[in-house]
Amino acid sequence: MEHYNMNLTLKIWRQKNKDDKGGFQSYQVKDISSEMSFLEMLDVLNEQLIHSGQDPIAFDHDCREGICGMCSLYINGKPHGEWKGNTTCQLHMRAFKDGETVTIEPWRAKAFPVIKDLIVDRSPFDRIIQAGGYISVNTGNAVDGNSLPINKDKADASFAAAMCIGCGACVAACKNSSAMLFLSAKVAHLALLPQGEPERHSRVMNMVAQMDKEGFGACTNTGACEATCPKEISIANIARLNLEYLTASIVAEK
Amino acid sequence: MTWKQVFTSSVGKKLVMGFTGIFLILFLIVHVSLNACIWANDGGDMFNKGAHFMGANWVPRILEIGLFAGLIIHIIQGLALELSNRSKRGIGYAVNYGNKGSKWYSRSMGLLGTIILLFLILHLSNFWFPNRSHQGFLLGEEINLYQKMQEVFSELWVVIVYVLGCISLGYHLAHGFQSAFKTLGVHNKRWHALISIVGYSFSIIVALMFALMPLSFYFGWIS
Ligand code: HEM
Ligand code: SF4
Ligand code: FES
Repeated sequence: MEHYNMNLTLKIWRQKNKDDKGGFQSYQVKDISSEMSFLEMLDVLNEQLIHSGQDPIAFDHDCREGICGMCSLYINGKPHGEWKGNTTCQLHMRAFKDGETVTIEPWRAKAFPVIKDLIVDRSPFDRIIQAGGYISVNTGNAVDGNSLPINKDKADASFAAAMCIGCGACVAACKNSSAMLFLSAKVAHLALLPQGEPERHSRVMNMVAQMDKEGFGACTNTGACEATCPKEISIANIARLNLEYLTASIVAEK
Repeated sequence: MTWKQVFTSSVGKKLVMGFTGIFLILFLIVHVSLNACIWANDGGDMFNKGAHFMGANWVPRILEIGLFAGLIIHIIQGLALELSNRSKRGIGYAVNYGNKGSKWYSRSMGLLGTIILLFLILHLSNFWFPNRSHQGFLLGEEINLYQKMQEVFSELWVVIVYVLGCISLGYHLAHGFQSAFKTLGVHNKRWHALISIVGYSFSIIVALMFALMPLSFYFGWIS
């Protein structure tokens, strides 16, 4: 692909802290290489801001290679930007044209309050995991990984669900601000494996209860989450979660 | 799990919507089939016989109570869900996600449902209420419902409202039919393909048949 440079207008959400009202501010960046990543482009802008004595823009990132789930920008109306199955850190500037205006917003959900600028508090996801996203194991030597036979299709489906990096894009995209795609991935990946069996029923009950407590909305199967998910988690997991919940209500002893 | 947990968590509320939604779909099958008798072209003979069976018989009349209960639960729960879900965003986006990944009608179930509700109020006051009050709300004598249809559907604005109601129902079902089965846990590819085809076909056929009823009377397509 041909390399080119571009000038862009960036409309970015600025907010000093949780209690600040916040608002959009426009910035210009010049001579941005089409081979930069989106976050590198923001690094360039931040250097400009620091040199001119202004507060740099706060945004989340860690691995910058699409595996940690920290980056979280709502770019031109889509979480993680236009590209399908892609994280913000793996979005590259060749996705943009010279002279374009790019609007960058934080994830919007009451359950994810803005901490500063583009950074939101995603600790509700940690608490949902703590409520049931684990398995019990005996201490001592690790058992041989292949000693438990597992159906290949189930193992594949479980691995696909385990791809979720907990970025929260599904919440950001959903009109109901629902965390169901995330939750369903976490529930499905353990429910499909024998190791997940001991806590199978309590897991789904407790994780759903925690999700509701955190103030996310209820799923209405619109499909916006699946379309935006950087790990292409299938919405079929949500139906699987519903079945897990219904089954738990019928067969769980308590 | 307590019953309260089963039905009042976010997933539980969905189960309520799914169960009542499927129940209402079953009702629609009965309703549209019976009403199709108007096309027998026999001056409403067959249709009135069917309507009489439904109106003058304890079994359907008791089922009718269940129908209203299901409908009312569906409406209250649906509107409550819509309002609660809308309150979860806080500050909205400057640029909207729009149609990227979801259909407009999937995002408008509350709006479509409200249009159906307004239509239902008109519809019940056109037929159900006059007929049942004539019956003294028991098994008394009914009015001639075929004649009543001719009367009601001679007015253009009524026909327009009915057609709009049917279009809303069609879109509500285009999302709702499939969604209900997913809510109840259907999740493999084979079944998804089936409910998707059956869902779209059902939505189009039912909405079209209902819409053709007022149109048939208004344009005199039946004798
Ligand atoms: C005969 C009429 C109706 C039928 C057959 C019907 C059917 C359905 C079905 C099958 C669903 C999907 C449930 C699910 O996703 O699990 C649904 C959802 C919904 N309905 Fe209805 N419905 C009817 C009338 C209404 C009315 C009158 C209202 C409101 C005033 C309404 C409001 C809603 C809402 C808001 C949803 C979305 C909830 C969700 O997806 O979780 N519906 N309906
Ligand atoms: S399901 Fe996808 S969008 Fe949601 S948190 Fe996991 S990786 Fe992110
Ligand atoms: S920074 Fe780790 S996934 Fe983007």
